Amino acid sequence: MSTPTQTPASPPSGGDIHHSRLDDVSGIVPSQVHPAGRRPALVIAGASAVVALVLWLGLGLHVAAALLLSFVLYLGAIYVTYRRIGGARVAVDHLVRSLVYFAFVCAVVPLASVLWTVIGQGAGRAFDPDFLSQTMNGVTGLNDQQYAEGSAGFVGGAYHAIMGTLLITGLATLISVPIGMFTAIYLVEYGAGGRLGRGIRFLVDVMTGIPSIVAGLFAFALFTQIFGIRDAKMGLAGAVALSVLMIPTVVRNSEEMLRIVPNELREAALALGVPKWRTIAKVVLPTAASGLASGVTLAIARVIGETAPLLVAIGYARGLNWNPFDGPMNTLAVYAYFMFTKPLSPAVREPSLERAWAAALLLVLLVIALNLLARLIATLFAPKTGR
Amino acid sequence: MSKRIDVTDLDIFYGDFHAVKDVTMSIEPRSVTAFIGPSGCGKSTFLRTLNRMHEVIPGARVEGEVAIDGQNLYARNVDPVDVRRQVGMVFQRPNPFPTMSIKENVLAGVRLNSKRISGKAADELTEKALRGANLWNEVKDRLDKPGSGLSGGQQQRLCIARAIAIQPEVILMDEPCSALDPISTLAIEDLINELKVDYTVVIVTHNMQQAARVSDKTGFFNLEATGKPGELVEYDTTQNIFNNPSQQATEDYISGRFG
Ligand SMILES: Nc1ncnc2c1ncn2[C@@H]1O[C@H](COP(=O)(O)OP(=O)(O)O)[C@@H](O)[C@H]1O
Ligand SMILES: [Mg+2]
Repeated sequence: MSTPTQTPASPPSGGDIHHSRLDDVSGIVPSQVHPAGRRPALVIAGASAVVALVLWLGLGLHVAAALLLSFVLYLGAIYVTYRRIGGARVAVDHLVRSLVYFAFVCAVVPLASVLWTVIGQGAGRAFDPDFLSQTMNGVTGLNDQQYAEGSAGFVGGAYHAIMGTLLITGLATLISVPIGMFTAIYLVEYGAGGRLGRGIRFLVDVMTGIPSIVAGLFAFALFTQIFGIRDAKMGLAGAVALSVLMIPTVVRNSEEMLRIVPNELREAALALGVPKWRTIAKVVLPTAASGLASGVTLAIARVIGETAPLLVAIGYARGLNWNPFDGPMNTLAVYAYFMFTKPLSPAVREPSLERAWAAALLLVLLVIALNLLARLIATLFAPKTGR
Repeated sequence: MSKRIDVTDLDIFYGDFHAVKDVTMSIEPRSVTAFIGPSGCGKSTFLRTLNRMHEVIPGARVEGEVAIDGQNLYARNVDPVDVRRQVGMVFQRPNPFPTMSIKENVLAGVRLNSKRISGKAADELTEKALRGANLWNEVKDRLDKPGSGLSGGQQQRLCIARAIAIQPEVILMDEPCSALDPISTLAIEDLINELKVDYTVVIVTHNMQQAARVSDKTGFFNLEATGKPGELVEYDTTQNIFNNPSQQATEDYISGRFG
């Protein structure tokens, strides 16, 4: 323990490793580092912005090309400058930092752009009380034409689609959460390492990759077998199709969450003479509750915007249908799809496009709300600490 | 409320790995028995066979007999859950339930088993167990606060309170002080001395002074070589083990020549 390991070139001071410095060891050349503030970076960033503007407005380059070119120049300038004032390590640090920021911006730009477009196009109609309370029952291309000419008001809304979305996703959640959660419990608590457990995990992985249209066809085929081809389209079929997509996500999310519950807690409960199933129900699940709940919410968010499987399994309804066990229903995604691809009046598309954008905005808001809910749940259920 | 333990020809396995071989010993009621030995020699493993926590690990099994007051724990008709209610355990790292308050932690053994308990009885049991663990005065004003907000030493005493709240016959402790500071260690050692009035206490420790301070009898476990099973080399009164051990290996170990 206390014998110093013999280095190939022993320190000149005579072998006492504790009193030698790293730079005394021949063969190690520590890089020189000088403190360097952020001011040069800011100055270079400002200069690059000017360069970008000149390239864009002055030379007429495309915005994206101008930004990219000036970013490359920025990287070069950053590296050279910081190498000068701070040394190689500082330069690399700043270089990598800039690249990370760049990657972050690249990831955020599409998101911001989508939000911007959807809000810009949809906000006008989405919060109109009439739009939120009307269905498309009896609305025809004629109404749209009259609206476009100014001789009548805007009619037709997405009430039935909103309710359909909530109903069908709710049903899908009711189906997938118990199945997914119990599968995860089996995988973590009972089947860990066993052959059955490995088999199930493999199948779940395969299921994750199922294209959503296949899930829709599966549900449709299943319900055709049971109810015959004429009565097969119903909300429940859509819920089953969504469950096929949701279950693997729920299993995966829940499995992660159960796995990070410390084994010590399970042992503590078992050692108190608590049976295993009670240990799982009363200790493991409550400890993981926040993660489980937010995992489920994210799984819902994942399927709430599905279009293709619902189109296949549920069809398209113009009016409100509260009964998921009988007849077609509508959902926001399918509604937006139909309004966009099959406008009521092919001659006057604008009102239908307006409806499509409004439905899209409502859908995005639902997803954002679900994500916020997931965070809220995570903090509410989180194990308490502190005095 | 205290019983003797007789271990006969016990072999312990993790799958194919033979971890501990051929242990035979008797542990007296109302005493403190300490196990010492270099790490990896199977002290924890052996301890966990005394309340059938060993078999919680997949593939783990034992051969031989552990009898508590004559009843073999590993007999076919014995439910491991019942065994664990009689033989409580305290782990190396304090592990209070993070979702529960201090009081709920103490009552966990009762509540998790869904035994009905009136509010008054719950209060009494909480106070009794916390007093028994020398923790009552420190936490009586914040019983509803989370158990994870206590200091390490307090958490460990909370775990002891939780273990004695189910009124076991035997209490097993696996290096209960190794994550604690000297003051908390002292508090736990005092507590162990009080616990032996009512319980059979078995403690694993890697601290030989601690074994000498708290225990009546000491067992020394050792490994012949890595990969070989651990074994009980010597088991005697603590006095004898530390003053005139009969085995050379024991003497080497306690005089610090290895381990
Ligand atoms: N969960 C386990 N699975 C397989 N082997 C284990 C497990 N726990 C402990 N062992 C092995 O059993 C032997 C004894 O370990 P342990 O009882 O923890 O020793 P000690 O508590 O004396 O330090 C060691 O060789 C260890 O590697
Ligand atoms: Mg150990």
